[in-house]
Amino acid sequence: MINLETPRKHRALVDQAHQVAMNMLRPISRKYDRAEHEYPKELDMLAAMIDGLSESGASEGAGAAGVRRDEGEPDRGPSRNGANLASVLSVAEMCWGDVGLLLSMPRQGLGNSAIASVASDEQLERLRGTWAAMAITEPGIGSDSANITTTARKDGDEYVLNGEKIFVTSGERADSVVVWATLDRSLGRAAIKSFVVTKGTPGMRVERLEHKLGIRASDTAVIIFEDCRVPAENLLGTPDVDVKQGFAGAMATFDNTRPLVAAMAIGCARAALDLTRELLADAGVVVDYDRPAQTQSAAAATFLRLESDWEGARLLTLQAAWMADNREPNSLEASMAKAKAGRVGSDVTLSCVELAGAVGYSEGELLEKWARDSKILDIFEGTQQIQQLIVARRLLGLSSAQLQ
Amino acid sequence: MSLIKATRSAVSPGGKHGVSGTESRDPIGYAVLALNKLAQSELIDRLGLRRPAERGVFTVTRGGFRAAGAASRAFTRRGRPGHPGLRVPSANPSGVFDLTPTEDEQMLVDVVTELAAEVLRPAAAQADETCLAPESLLAASQEIGLPILGVPEQLGGISEERSAVAGTLVAEALARGDMGLAVATLAPGAVATALSLWGTDEQQATYLPEFTGDDVPAAALALTEPGVLYDVLSPATTATRTADGFVLDGVKSLVPRGADAELFVVGAQLEGRPVLFLVESGADGLEVEGDPAMGLRAAAMTRVRLSGVRVPAGAVLGQADGSTYTECVRLSRLAWCALAVGTGQAVLDYVTPYVKEREAFGEPIAHRQSVAFMVADIGIELQAMRLLTYRAAARAAQGKDIGREVALARKACADHGMRIGLDGVQLLGGHGFVKEHPVERWYRDLRAIGVMEGGVLV
Repeated sequence: MINLETPRKHRALVDQAHQVAMNMLRPISRKYDRAEHEYPKELDMLAAMIDGLSESGASEGAGAAGVRRDEGEPDRGPSRNGANLASVLSVAEMCWGDVGLLLSMPRQGLGNSAIASVASDEQLERLRGTWAAMAITEPGIGSDSANITTTARKDGDEYVLNGEKIFVTSGERADSVVVWATLDRSLGRAAIKSFVVTKGTPGMRVERLEHKLGIRASDTAVIIFEDCRVPAENLLGTPDVDVKQGFAGAMATFDNTRPLVAAMAIGCARAALDLTRELLADAGVVVDYDRPAQTQSAAAATFLRLESDWEGARLLTLQAAWMADNREPNSLEASMAKAKAGRVGSDVTLSCVELAGAVGYSEGELLEKWARDSKILDIFEGTQQIQQLIVARRLLGLSSAQLQ
Repeated sequence: MSLIKATRSAVSPGGKHGVSGTESRDPIGYAVLALNKLAQSELIDRLGLRRPAERGVFTVTRGGFRAAGAASRAFTRRGRPGHPGLRVPSANPSGVFDLTPTEDEQMLVDVVTELAAEVLRPAAAQADETCLAPESLLAASQEIGLPILGVPEQLGGISEERSAVAGTLVAEALARGDMGLAVATLAPGAVATALSLWGTDEQQATYLPEFTGDDVPAAALALTEPGVLYDVLSPATTATRTADGFVLDGVKSLVPRGADAELFVVGAQLEGRPVLFLVESGADGLEVEGDPAMGLRAAAMTRVRLSGVRVPAGAVLGQADGSTYTECVRLSRLAWCALAVGTGQAVLDYVTPYVKEREAFGEPIAHRQSVAFMVADIGIELQAMRLLTYRAAARAAQGKDIGREVALARKACADHGMRIGLDGVQLLGGHGFVKEHPVERWYRDLRAIGVMEGGVLV
């Protein structure tokens, strides 16, 4: 039966995440935007609390770690609302609080999502509790991640990694880094594997931290690997190079993480909408949902358009997560959600600054910060243009060779 | 009007032919005007200097020709006046996020999808040309029960509980065939659904048996008016209370199949509140004229003029405090959203194979990002429109408030729906502009979404 309301079983989780975002993240939001690279020590206590909730089973999939897809028998029964929906709902709430701080949450890194997505059961058990960052991008390689140059050479029971990774979120703070490297560049994308490298492994070093437009609470590292040796069992998934399967293994991570990034954009944009609605009301502009937009003020009409686009992005995100919960392939829907949420996130936050004028542009409010934070969400985990490529290829039934 | 003002108005080019009042003519302008008068003269025609123009039946009627409303059948008064009618219960919310239709809904959608592909689509171009929906199609839609989708089972309909989701899915599936024909098909059902949702025992007993019988009357929900910046919540049409009922005055525009309709639901302002009234087409003072528009031509749009139309006290449909009217506006907008989703899907279905087959510069144009990304955006925005519409529909079925949800769905369907129509034509280039392909019709139809009020209802 068609129903797009927030699932009843997840409502408590959403409320709880909202309270955390409001009472823990918002009060320190501006502080760590100004103090870039300073460790938000408040988050350790929060992480402990979330771990406690997870252990008690009181909260299902409070963060990015909850994206694992069970590969059991396809469930023909009623619709399932599981960990994927729970994750996007809670991530959106947390990002209503602060995107940069959510990205800095211990043990909730995007690397954890990668582990959850592609690790074997043994690896999942062994890596439990680690805080994993994700290292894909290189100085010369961005969206064309199939061309990465970091190499992994098998030597006995170990792999030897060499290369430079940039834009590693939580690269300095995390316990470990999931690194994409190629076993054999001549075999193309099929030879790309991901490796878990524990912090402190000789040969790995954090070169520097970036200064950024937004999400300044989150550290973004450049990491160099020089003859860095990792145990062979730290290769996630299978070491076989299956040319037929190609990139699918590594890319499966994205089907799970893209709805999460979309959820981040949803949360950040809602913060801007909520505040702007109130600021407009104070200025005497109230949005009427029944009167035609063209008979209302321009500000009200703009707000209606923004809220409509925002709600569309939110529902696309819930759809992608719901499909994952029900073990349906969701690559298309995940990219649709990220494309829409990414661009809507920018449009909403930037338009809200404009609607609020100098109040929006000044550091006195958080609107200008959200307009800076939102931009990265249309870039990382696949830019707007990469999402459009994926959606277009799927809709048109074209290969990556045909539609480049 | 003063003589000077009248003279100026006679020679001024403004105020007609889409020319604004600020325009003025210079000597060359007057010369061109005279030439144009000559060119329009019938003399040229009598001399056989012009090829006879083909005219649709409908276009003839629009030149000032007005007719009384269709002779309505005798609706026999039955039932208890003032007693609440029968209502179906709201759907029971499951509390689970789910995008799967029920089995019954899916079966209905499958049947309607087939009807849309086999009957609506092939008939669409001609119906657009003649401003007329084929009788066979209307008969087929009656056969599968579309007009009584929202009518309670106990009253001879097929609805066991609030059917907003089924209505939405049906409207979407029909519009995937053709939006104009979908509107023509759904128009009587809008009135039957309104009677089911808000009718008194007397209104239901008087009118609904005609809809559940073999000879379903044409009927129309008339809310739109011909006014710039028209706000449907403040209609210019007025209802004045009299000793034994009401008198209605005003003009309704873009009323589907108004010339055939035997029963209207008309929106009018009564004592400062918008209210719905049941008006039979045979009423004195009710006139219907053709009102063909940019699109939706198969729905045979009309203007309905009400001059001192008297209706009985029992003609008020629902509450007179504006609440029923507002709910009706929302549910009608929801139906238009569903139509936009269906036609948007038709565009996507059509351009997908086209851009893969059409070649330029030695390869299919689909291999170019500028083309492929347009298709991607159609797909993305269409799915967002669909989910927004489904959310509002599901809330309506569950009896929840839908003010915000309908507004957000309508905004997306008006803006992005139009964009899809626009890009659908653009992707076919010059071929999209000619009537060999249906995309130009969808372009015209999709402009209706932000404009239309009433006509359809879920």
